[in-house]
Amino acid sequence: MVEGQIAIENYETGNTKHKWDIKKMKFAHRVLFEYDYKKGEIEKGYANRTLYINLSKKEIKEKKVTDEMKKKFTGGRGFGLKLLWDSIKPSTRWNSEENELIITTGPLCGSTQYPGSGKSLCLTISPSTDIICDSNVGGFFGPYLKFSGFDAIEIQGKSKDDVIIVIDGEKGKISIQTAPLEETNSHLLNEQLTHMFASEDSEKSRQKISIVSAGKGAENSYWGCLNFSFYDIRRKVPRMKQAGRGGLGSVLRNKKIKAIVVKVEKFDGVSNNPADPVKLAQVGTKLHREIRDLDRYQCNMRAVGTVHLVEIMDEYDLLPTENYRFGSFPKASKIYSPEFYKYFTKIIPDGCWHGCTMACAKTVDGFTVKTGPYKGQKVTVDGPEYETCGCGANMSLWDPLWILEFNFYCDTYGLDTISTGTSIAFYMEMYEYGILNKKRCDGLELCFGNANAALNLLHRIAKGDKGEFIQIAGRGIRRVKDWIIKKGWGDIQLIEDCGMESKGLEYSEYVTKESLAMQGGYGLTLKGPQHDEAWLIFMDMVNNAIPTFADKAEALHYFPMWRTWFGLNGLCKLPWNDIEPANNAETDEPAKVPEHVQNYVEYQNAVTGWNVDKEELILQSERCYNFQRAMNVWMGRGRRKDDWIPYRSMGPVTKMEYKSREDQYDKQLIEKLKISKKDIENMEIEEKMKLLYEYRQDQYQKLTDAVYYRRGWTPNGVPTPQKMKQLGMNDTKMLNMLQEKIDEDEKAGLNIWGGKYSKGEKPPSIHKKYWEKWD
Amino acid sequence: MTEIKKVKVLKFYPDKCNGCLECEKACSKVHFKTDEGGEKSAIRIIKQGNTYKMVVCDQRGLCLDMCPVGALFRRKNGVVWLDKETCIGCQACVGFCPIGAMRKSEVRIEPFKCISCGSCVRACPENALELVEENIDEIKEIVYHKLGA
Repeated sequence: MVEGQIAIENYETGNTKHKWDIKKMKFAHRVLFEYDYKKGEIEKGYANRTLYINLSKKEIKEKKVTDEMKKKFTGGRGFGLKLLWDSIKPSTRWNSEENELIITTGPLCGSTQYPGSGKSLCLTISPSTDIICDSNVGGFFGPYLKFSGFDAIEIQGKSKDDVIIVIDGEKGKISIQTAPLEETNSHLLNEQLTHMFASEDSEKSRQKISIVSAGKGAENSYWGCLNFSFYDIRRKVPRMKQAGRGGLGSVLRNKKIKAIVVKVEKFDGVSNNPADPVKLAQVGTKLHREIRDLDRYQCNMRAVGTVHLVEIMDEYDLLPTENYRFGSFPKASKIYSPEFYKYFTKIIPDGCWHGCTMACAKTVDGFTVKTGPYKGQKVTVDGPEYETCGCGANMSLWDPLWILEFNFYCDTYGLDTISTGTSIAFYMEMYEYGILNKKRCDGLELCFGNANAALNLLHRIAKGDKGEFIQIAGRGIRRVKDWIIKKGWGDIQLIEDCGMESKGLEYSEYVTKESLAMQGGYGLTLKGPQHDEAWLIFMDMVNNAIPTFADKAEALHYFPMWRTWFGLNGLCKLPWNDIEPANNAETDEPAKVPEHVQNYVEYQNAVTGWNVDKEELILQSERCYNFQRAMNVWMGRGRRKDDWIPYRSMGPVTKMEYKSREDQYDKQLIEKLKISKKDIENMEIEEKMKLLYEYRQDQYQKLTDAVYYRRGWTPNGVPTPQKMKQLGMNDTKMLNMLQEKIDEDEKAGLNIWGGKYSKGEKPPSIHKKYWEKWD
Repeated sequence: MTEIKKVKVLKFYPDKCNGCLECEKACSKVHFKTDEGGEKSAIRIIKQGNTYKMVVCDQRGLCLDMCPVGALFRRKNGVVWLDKETCIGCQACVGFCPIGAMRKSEVRIEPFKCISCGSCVRACPENALELVEENIDEIKEIVYHKLGA
């Protein structure tokens, strides 16, 4: 559809319409326990309380947000960390009774004037990594949760039966109810619950509901994502965005929560009660205008969303193809953005929260499903985004319609497209080598490009198939690696090197082989290899702007801190650097987009009434970032060994990969390892690969040394108590724990730099325990 | 629903204008019950050298497809209307209006715009303003450029 100015009531998507007996469904609900609360006003971005629910103990209570908590943790993900620290144990695992699922907002969350201001931050102990996973997500839930009275919701314990949690901001009531008749898969469940809980039979009323859910796939795998709904008054369907990474949806279903429903009574442009609404509107309008004038010449987000990245990544040899073996592919143009643009619905506001004019949340409406339980139905597919297309490339599947089908089923089954796609790509490579085969894969011919086999795997996971492979496959690469190794089916090093996971989490979709800084951007992260901490490939590889270890370490300090800041405030990162002021390239530090950083300083001050500067923004992040790393250490991870990355992300694992970039690799051996050209010509490829392997592994260790030093951590990666105190994070229990861990490492001889420093090279500091002098 | 076909749009005769800004004062009376004009007026008259320029909504409706909550729509008389009860103050329409005709005053978060009410026409002592009827199909424009953003 290309015409605009269609009256909302006349707008049609062509989707299959459902007729359900919603009254009967609602009648079957049984209220297990409930709680009345007094509605309150939001003060300068904060509701000043959080909501605690314990499903086992049938307890609901409010917790106060203190000024101290705001000062130390700012909000959003920071609040989530604080709540987890107060509630879990170092031995807590994803399915433990005391594990919590936390959804937080942040002081700027829910503003409508500045694009990208509706993000929720979700935290839990992840089934994939056994440590905290934080995942940010759009949709209306976060803003509505806050406008219903809470800065965060914290859910502990487990229910016996499937329940829904209803936060009724209209009546001021929380209730936990059984919900036996509703669907589990999200696209249907969201529609049923939206209609059930809307106060009136109107689009306006339905737009005041938002739902968090995860489908059947989340129930039966570690790839569960959380779907956050946002009702679209034109399409007349609840659309959804995903908190994808780390299995948060699996935790939701493990707690037997079918859905969390929030209903907001009312909200407007100043529901956050900002300290300076005039300033806020000015800063926001300035960015709207920038997007209006420049987006079509920059990222073209408004037309195609993040899919514009496919062609760029392919061109720069960064598009992961056949399980990251290659970075580009002749067939890749089949999934370039114009191929998806054909299918995207055009000319309606596609923000995942009101006022986001970056509008990257594209959809295909009236898409005919071709396989599985919804075969033949016409549905709205939210996406695909770049990462989902990257998964297609990784599985060597180059059909846009197949990618849409994969996207639809991952979403409604509650599966993270990234973990699912990256994992299947690994299984496909193992299949190619004969390490896996049809029999070992429970009858699935999982070779690269087998579209049906990949979708069948999803359908079988969602159905709860008990096949040995199906069961283990849904737990992701780390578990499958261990399984294959235990079975003795293949060479251990090959398996370890090829499977793209670190800390147990699957990689997102960028090839990092030729960018050392980006290897750090994936490996030296808190939750695992996700690009939301740092994306340094162009800075490092294309522009060569950070040549030394110290330069790279500075970037791996600044950017993770800066990007963490969005999560503390309930914001999206995209409007920071996916649109740039026209004169950005002429500024001192274009990679930081200085004018936009200043926008955020003004934005935070305008809402909270604080008087912070850009340095303080980084400090806000540094406090929380170090706190999260310290918690990882507390849980037995968060050391150098845990920042290990597979060699596939550093260099060529197979001869085929070496050959695909032979000139480049040979050149590096000549220039960096001072091997003569003649010797190179006479060397066997295996020999060259071994030399490159050792060189690149050592480079990664040296980078790790530099980054730990810059971040104020020990050479084994532990945040030092001295650093924590400098940041004002002086929780005695945490400081003592860190000192104990450092002493343990000392005894074990682990407080040493990891790089092999030859003559003329220096580690970051020659002082042993350099941090002690900060006392 | 019958299709809306016509709309009244303001026409300005700069030769007749004497810059008295009575139109702005009348407009702010309609929108904010004050005769301050200026920032509180949906019509702006700007002096340009020896002549005057009018900035006001031409009812082309580009903003209609920008509004996430459906606060902007065409009324039966074809006028692009902003329902401030529904508006959530995001300023998307303000930021995207190519001629700066969707206006925002400091006194409230919701923007405002010309509703072709004719108050300014009646207030003008020089007859420099007129409401003329246009076919919507001839003036309407949709948010669609290059790849369709």
